[in-house]
Amino acid sequence: MTSETGSRDERASGASRRSFLKSAAGVGVTMLAPGVVLYAAAPPAVAQRAGRPADSKIRWGLLVDLNKCPPGCDLCVTACADENGLHRPGAHESQWIRKVNVHDPKTDVRREVPVMCQHCAMPACVDVCPTGASFKRADGIVLVDRHICIGCRYCMMACPYQARSFVHEPQENQRPEVPRGVGTAEACSLCVHRIDAGRMPACVEACAARAGGAMVFGDLNDPSSAIAKAIGTHRATTIRADLGLDPAVHYLSL
Amino acid sequence: MTSPARSAHFLAAVVALCAALCWSAGAVRAADGRVPMPDIPKALGERCVAETDFMRRNHMTLLKHQRDETVHLGVRKAETQLDRCLTCHAVAGADGKPVSYSDSGHFCRSCHDYAAVSIDCFECHSSRPGQKAQGASRDPPDETTLKLLGYLRDKRR
Amino acid sequence: MPRAHYREIEADSGFVTLMLLFGLALAGGLLSSLYMRHYGHVVSGMGNQIVWGIPHVFAFFLIVSASGALNVASMASVFGRTTYKPLARLSGLLAIALLAGGLSILVLDLGRPERLTVAMTNFNFKSIFSWNINFYVGFLAIVAVYLFLQMARGLDRYVGIAGLVAFLWRLALTTATGSVLGFLAARQAYDAAIMAPLFIAMSLALGQAVFLVVVMAVCAGTGRPLDHALLHRMARLLAILLTATLYFAVVQHITNLYSPKRLAVERFLLVDGGIYTALLWIGYVGIGSLLPIGLGLCPAAGRSRPMILAAAVLAIIGGLCHLYVIIVGGQAFPLLLFPGMEVSSSFGDGMIGSYRPSLPELVLVAGGMSLTMLLTMFGMRLLPFVPMSFVDEATGAPAHAVTGEQAAGR
Ligand code: SF4
Repeated sequence: MTSETGSRDERASGASRRSFLKSAAGVGVTMLAPGVVLYAAAPPAVAQRAGRPADSKIRWGLLVDLNKCPPGCDLCVTACADENGLHRPGAHESQWIRKVNVHDPKTDVRREVPVMCQHCAMPACVDVCPTGASFKRADGIVLVDRHICIGCRYCMMACPYQARSFVHEPQENQRPEVPRGVGTAEACSLCVHRIDAGRMPACVEACAARAGGAMVFGDLNDPSSAIAKAIGTHRATTIRADLGLDPAVHYLSL
Repeated sequence: MTSPARSAHFLAAVVALCAALCWSAGAVRAADGRVPMPDIPKALGERCVAETDFMRRNHMTLLKHQRDETVHLGVRKAETQLDRCLTCHAVAGADGKPVSYSDSGHFCRSCHDYAAVSIDCFECHSSRPGQKAQGASRDPPDETTLKLLGYLRDKRR
Repeated sequence: MPRAHYREIEADSGFVTLMLLFGLALAGGLLSSLYMRHYGHVVSGMGNQIVWGIPHVFAFFLIVSASGALNVASMASVFGRTTYKPLARLSGLLAIALLAGGLSILVLDLGRPERLTVAMTNFNFKSIFSWNINFYVGFLAIVAVYLFLQMARGLDRYVGIAGLVAFLWRLALTTATGSVLGFLAARQAYDAAIMAPLFIAMSLALGQAVFLVVVMAVCAGTGRPLDHALLHRMARLLAILLTATLYFAVVQHITNLYSPKRLAVERFLLVDGGIYTALLWIGYVGIGSLLPIGLGLCPAAGRSRPMILAAAVLAIIGGLCHLYVIIVGGQAFPLLLFPGMEVSSSFGDGMIGSYRPSLPELVLVAGGMSLTMLLTMFGMRLLPFVPMSFVDEATGAPAHAVTGEQAAGR
């Protein structure tokens, strides 16, 4: 793969990645419902080749099956904190992913919903950011360029998911792959540093390895991907779909 | 972070600033013809991306170029990644581990203190080399880096 | 044609003392910003749920007032009310000073205030926030030119055009300022086009109130005359503008009551929001609207200078309460992720956000307001902004002969 060059390579990369995805999907197969199979955690199920720019043909997304998300489990949350060098929850601490307890008073149904940056196709934070620090990468990942973030917090006002946090204190000992510092806004990056290295987000990996495998990561633009298929078959929903932001994070049994 | 520690830092910074002002006033006189030079720690690697003279003038351009490539395009495997620089230019502290930017012996600080150019890189970036990067970075500069190097050289002429 | 006669104000001991005081407060504000930059915003009362606090309340207040402070100048050069003309210069000066004060608070509260240059050089043209930056800078420039044309000799004929441009510009500016909140589809408390006209009305009213207070203080402090008929007219105008603001506020809340997804936040703000409900009803509606409207329209109160001053001060207090409810109250109510559900989490979901203004924030606010005062006083000292006498331009006769003693006494 590395010997390919030029624009032909650009075009081919999507297709080769897709076939790669298919061939790598053998591990961690889970039954969602009779006849429907989700492929979770087959590292690396995805590959963006190192040294190549993000591919605009791809749109990375997540699917969370809440039926497989047991109460009290917070493996995804702790995995995220470890991966990204976040501290334990506190009044002023950042939370890139959190579990929201949802209780329906009419039916008494309870769910725990992992909520993170929803990586919208039309992100409100990107629209409002005065400097363009909030931006959407070619492959749909919404990020903060901390080099030009001025810390105005307008993106936090605009985000409907309360997905953004503000770094309230000077930081030390950050993870080298995950720079983060005082006075700037931040949110779930979909573990972009891992994606660029052909790996999955830490939460997905942890959930598959040590919990119910409730999360699927993949390319929403590829109709043959496991995530796209599952979303289509099960009519997965998104949070606040009424806002029309087209989030990349989908939920089953919300 | 405990707030007494932070206030100690704040006070220390103010005191240091005053001290530096007094000292520099004295130093100019004491230097007496000799130009005081910064004490730049030696790098661990065999070879840098470019020669020292060039790097002194252009390292910021290379880093800035790389930062935009990394953040916006996701191109991470380049010689000019900050973490790689830190790997070769790590300075061991008393405990044998690389020191952070808060230590005046840190490679970047040794010169930036001297030139009185303050940087905010390490408010977000770790100022110590990452685990993975240790001992790495012997491969030659990639295509874009080479182009940029060439461009910068031409510009200086 | 006889002109009103202007002169720089004197640097007497009172002037110097005030300058020193405001200078100290400004220094405090700068230190406070440094302090927040050094320790991070953890030392402020703001957090991840309420991200904009008291600094933003005052910044919005000063910025919208800046636009409204230009009322008097617009009256004179756009609507042809020549009686207002003697005060037009001061009106322009105050507009610039208020905007500078508001912007300074906004900038010094940033997580990275030193990156102001980044904000000036990286524009996201989709962001109403960066549009605002353009509007603010443009406003400063336009008003400066407008002032120059007013004060330079022989350029009178251009004043009308400059006045018109300034007038249109400030309408655009307050529309944009209101839209900073109005464009936030995520938040039930905002997300309404009516935010723009509400902010326009608010800016006209609050700017008028600030101008009244300042002009009365300046004339009393320097012993300059102040035409009482003019003062009374301005107080009546204030009452009308406050009524317009109240009207838009009422329409906004009633519209929201008819929208099921906004019912909860309305209930919070209007009925059981604790401090926010109190500030809204007592602070804004009672103290800040009904009372000053009454004072402004009552003929008996209109004859008394203290009453006019009281009306203006009450309007300012009410305006601040209103902005506090809009900005902080709107964020205190949790975001609606799962309509109809009871939610909780470790990140404030489903909970009313708590916010207590901290000392650094308050000092920062005081610093920004002091910058406004410093600039105004400095301007008046440097250049002839304040009239020595009021002359009716049409007849050439003195419109009102108030002696310095009378002005100082009231
Ligand atoms: S806080 Fe940073 S990322 Fe968010 S809107 Fe402001 S500049 Fe943009």
